[in-house]
This record gives sequence, structure tokens and C-alpha cells, in this order.
Amino acid sequence: MHTTLAWIDYLIMVIYFAFVLGIGFSLKRYMKTSTDFFLSGRSIPAWVAGLAFISANLGAQEVIGMAASGAKYGIATAHFYWLGAIPAMVFVGIFMMPFYYGSRARSTPEYLRLRFDEKTRGLNAITFALMTIMSSGISMYVMAKLIVTLHIFDAPMRAAGLPMSWIFHISILVSALITLGYVYLGGLTSAIYNEVLQFFLIVAGFFPLVCLGLKSVGGWEGLLEKAPSGFGHAWQGMTDPATSPFGVEVFGLAMGLGFVLSFGYWCTDFLVIQRAMAADSMRSARRTPLIAAVPKMIFPFLVILPGLIAVALPTPTAAELVPDVAEKVLNADKPDDQTDAFRNAAAAAAAGKGLIPAKVDFVSGEIMLDADGKPELDYDMAIPNMLLHYFPTGLLGLGLTALLASFMSGMAGNVTAFNTVWTFDIYQAYIKPQASDKHYLWMGHFATLFGTAFSIAAAYVAARFNNIMDLLQLVFAFVNAPLLATFLLGMFWKRATADGAFFGLLSGIVAATIHHALTLPMGSEWGIKGAWIANLHTYREVMAQSFWSAIFAFAACLVVTVVVSLFTRPHKDEELVGLVYSMTPHTVDEEQTWYKRPAALGAAVIIAAVALNVIFR
Amino acid sequence: MTSTSKPEAVSIWFFVGVLLAFYGVVITGEGLYHLAYPPERPVVLAWLHADLWWGALLLLSGLFYCYHFAPRKAG
Repeated sequence: MHTTLAWIDYLIMVIYFAFVLGIGFSLKRYMKTSTDFFLSGRSIPAWVAGLAFISANLGAQEVIGMAASGAKYGIATAHFYWLGAIPAMVFVGIFMMPFYYGSRARSTPEYLRLRFDEKTRGLNAITFALMTIMSSGISMYVMAKLIVTLHIFDAPMRAAGLPMSWIFHISILVSALITLGYVYLGGLTSAIYNEVLQFFLIVAGFFPLVCLGLKSVGGWEGLLEKAPSGFGHAWQGMTDPATSPFGVEVFGLAMGLGFVLSFGYWCTDFLVIQRAMAADSMRSARRTPLIAAVPKMIFPFLVILPGLIAVALPTPTAAELVPDVAEKVLNADKPDDQTDAFRNAAAAAAAGKGLIPAKVDFVSGEIMLDADGKPELDYDMAIPNMLLHYFPTGLLGLGLTALLASFMSGMAGNVTAFNTVWTFDIYQAYIKPQASDKHYLWMGHFATLFGTAFSIAAAYVAARFNNIMDLLQLVFAFVNAPLLATFLLGMFWKRATADGAFFGLLSGIVAATIHHALTLPMGSEWGIKGAWIANLHTYREVMAQSFWSAIFAFAACLVVTVVVSLFTRPHKDEELVGLVYSMTPHTVDEEQTWYKRPAALGAAVIIAAVALNVIFR
Repeated sequence: MTSTSKPEAVSIWFFVGVLLAFYGVVITGEGLYHLAYPPERPVVLAWLHADLWWGALLLLSGLFYCYHFAPRKAG
């Protein structure tokens, strides 16, 4: 296993950074209007928008998190793709995109204004803007932490004579400046181009990793023999909360993950929808999520399998990690900081499982133990350790660049979504409504600047408070789940009214909050994990609690929206043309041969997803 | 990308090709070097020379993209 990077690895990283900035510079001259900057002039072809659509979701937290989940739960993690993404992507492409794209709204909050009113848009815009800043900041923080953990910047810092304690700050600053550079120069187009590059980097960086890992464990059969029992099955034990890795029964899984959370994200989150709204035509916009669904089905093999392989491999001893260094360090009479660090890492690796090390307390250097006194495993190290284990110099640089590209792409995606929602849905709506297009273009650039600055602040908040990521996930669940009901009713029930939507949305958020305040996952302490009013129910896993929070939020929003709508005055029919399904002519499909229609493509994708579920049942 | 009122932007696929070709050259070169001078502490399965074959594949894919989507051919 590597302990240091070679100059060739750094060269690969530096070239990538130069490349993304170069793309920003090359696109700068095309940014003439606010539509160019925020919506790529609505000129992106379907394939490019499709790859950007998938990559906008493929931040490194996703890559690292899915591999970690693969190491913890096995192939069942693929439910986040085959059940928790594909049906929603098909639905948004076939049924919802005509209204997002056809209404000419520039953002999803703006669609809410067109369909309902200003207050519903305001609520959505403000919560979304805050979430994008926090997400971007957390991406920065996790990336800086990974750079520190993997000692990626150690050699250049040592060469420059700078203290190692600065690595964290420099990582944040460099990533922020590069992201700022290319988004500021090339707007959404630049972000989309880099997302496409990131897609290719992920494939180029992880495909050989999976091949080498499978070869090493004796192929798929060998992997199943060596991995924990049931790790090769997606549906084994899923019907019972006691045996399900998510601690939830089939209804909770299908309704919570398969419907509310996945549809809530893929069908309403502007971060991904923005990519489709930048497409060059309605046809391309509808095909965007369908094209994205194809790689999405295959990605579990790239990001989940490395985790499974990592846990199936034999646990290395300290001496196996790096024989000569290990010998020197373990026999050292007077250990210094470096030998201490190595000794801790070696102890953590030896106390782990396969290539998954035990968690080490950053302050004390001690291995962290769970309630049963067993070492807690640091599953997030699955991908990084696999890269270090299998990749020689050069390939290692490529693998790490793919990870860094994912982080930066995640940040850029959030920053571009933020600058659009800020400029159109907050600044233009509430601060300066009647300015020129040139002014809003300027504001978009300025929002990119202060959005990045706020993201840096958010990264330090995340570093200061361990629970900030849990909090953000909670806010996502609280806000996105009810939003799905608002959009579905808005698009498919013409009787839904503005007051119904607003009070429904608020009720959904309140219902999710109350559910969280009254329940707790097993083994957790009350507080950020739940039960901060009282503990009326204990879930076996935190995911079961999330799924049910989402279900309650969705149901509350749906019921309240319907009830309030029935008691308030509806919109006139002519105001709903292009915004509601029953009020909009459907002519796009009829112009294409049957196999090119979104419905045919969507059906093919669904059949393939069902087949994968059957094969890996 | 296409736009009737603006100069044609360089295709993203061309950028992809340039990046893959560059990485292909670097990684294949490193693979050849490892073949001639095996590292002192080889990684697991180093004898498969993954850097060599994967680097070559990246290079070929990159060259294909560069040729097929070169700016002169756009439009």
C-alpha cells in the first residue's frame, strides 16, 4: 500500500485543475446574457445534459458514502439506485419535465410562483438557497478532511516549508478558488462541462479498481464467499425490519425510499433539474433524466463493489502495510509525531475488517469503541484504501483526481444552483425587481462570489460542529419530502390552490419535525438524532427513521394541501395552461417514431432496473 | 453545443478526448517505466501492469474523441 504520492500523481491532479480553469476561460466569451450564465442559453444537447444530470448528484460524498454503505450492507445499497433513483428519473423525464421546461420557468421555485403564488416560491427559494450553501460547505470540509487523512498535500507542503497544520485551510481555499474560477467565468455551462469530465474521470478512475479488486478476491463467486453472508443479495431479509439492513419493512422501503425521498429529490431538487432545464429543446429536456438513468443503473458496480471488495479482503497486519517503514516505526525507541501517526494508523488497520480500518479519535489517537466494546469501523475509508491498495503510481493520481473532481463538481453544482435561485427567486423577486438583464448577469457573478465565501464559512461551521451533516440530512428530509406532494398536486391536480400549497408545505415540514422529535434510532442518544421532545418509538436503524419522517411529511402535506384547496378559490383554467397536466396539450411525443419517445425509453429503463433487482435478489 | 447567434463553442467531447489522451500518455508512460524498473514496494497485483493496459485504453479513447470531435469538424 502507498504511503506517499509521486510527482506523476501530482502532475495528473494539477493538469486537471488547469484544465477545468481553462474550460472556464474558453467559455467566458459566451456569457453575454443572464440566460447564458444561469441556463447555458438553453443550448445543451441531451447527452451532455444527461451526463451532467447524473454527475451533479455524484459528489464525492455520494461516491465515498455508497462505497461505505456497500462495505456495511453489501449489494442492498443498490436500492438507493435501482429503487431510490431510476423510477423517479423516469417519472420526471416523462411526466414532469414538460411543465418545468414548457413553462419557461428559470428555476423550480419560479415554477411554484407561476403555478401557485409568491409565498410558496419564497419558502422554497430561501430553504433551497440555505441548503445549497451548507451542502457546498460540507463538500469542502469533507474534501479537506480527506486530503489531510490521505496526506495528499504533505509532500508539497513540506517542499514549500509550510506547516502541516495549514493543509486543511489550504485545501479549502484552493478548492474554493478553483470552483469559483470556473463557475464565475463560464456559469452553468462551465459547471456542466466539468460534470461531464467528472463522469469520465470517475469511470476512468474506478473501473480498473473494480477489475483489480474482483481479480484479487477470485471473481464474483470468490467475492460472495469472502464477503459477509447475504452481501451479494439486494432483497434478502428485506421483508422484516429485524433482518433488513435498513431496519425497515417493505412498505417503509418502497414508500419512504422508493417514492417520497427519491421522487422528492430527483423530481423537485433544482440542483439536478437545472441541468435538464438547460437542454436545447423540450425533447432533449425530457430525454435528459432518461439518459442519466442508464449510467445510474450501472454505477453501483463502480461505487458499491469497491466497498464490498474492501470488506471481503483479509485484514492486513501492521507489518504488511509497509514492511520496512513498519519495522522501523514499531521498533522505534523514541517515537516522534510521524511514528505515532503511523503506529495509530497501523493499529486502526489491524483492528479493522478487510481494508476498512477502525475509527480513530482525532484528539487522543485512540481507537473508538462501540457500545459492545468492539472497534467502530471507518467505512468511509473503503474507497481511499482500495485506491492505495491496488493502484500503482499514475493510476493512483487518476483515482484521487476522480475523487477530487467529484468534490469540486458537487460544490460547483450547488454554487450554480444557488446563484440562479438567489438572483431570480430572491434578488429579482424581493430586492430589485425591474433591473436590466445586464444587472442580473452582474448579480449572478456576484452571487457566485459570495456563495463561495459563504460555503467556506459553512465548511468551518461543519468542522466546528460534528453534527452539522446529520442536521443537513434532516433538513433535506424535512424540506424535500413535503415538496414532492406540492409539486405533484400542482402539476396533476388543477384544483390545488396557492394557499393549499403553502399551508400544505408548512404542515409537511412541521409533521417531519414532530416525527423526528418523538422517535429515535436504536443506540442513539436524544438530541440531533431525535426524541428531543419524548421517545415514543425506537427504530432499529437511522434510515428507518428517515424513511418514516419522509412518509409523514409527504402525507401531511398532501392531506393539508387537498383540504385547504377545497376550501379556497381555485385558479382560472386559462392561468394553468402549460403548468398543469390536464390543461396542457401533449404534442411532443407524436412527432417522434415510437421507439424514440420518452415513454419507450423510460419503459426500457424500468425493465432493465427490474431485471437487475431480479438478478441480484 | 449549438447556437445560431454566437460563435461555435468547442465541443465538450473534444475536451474529454484531450484529457483522456493526456492521462493515457502519462499513465502508459509510467506503466512502461514500471515494466523496465519495477518499484521496490509494488502494489497488490502489480504483475498485471494495470497502468499499462488501462493507460493504453485511455490513450486510444482520448485520441478517438479528439479526432472525432475536433473543432474543425464541428458543425
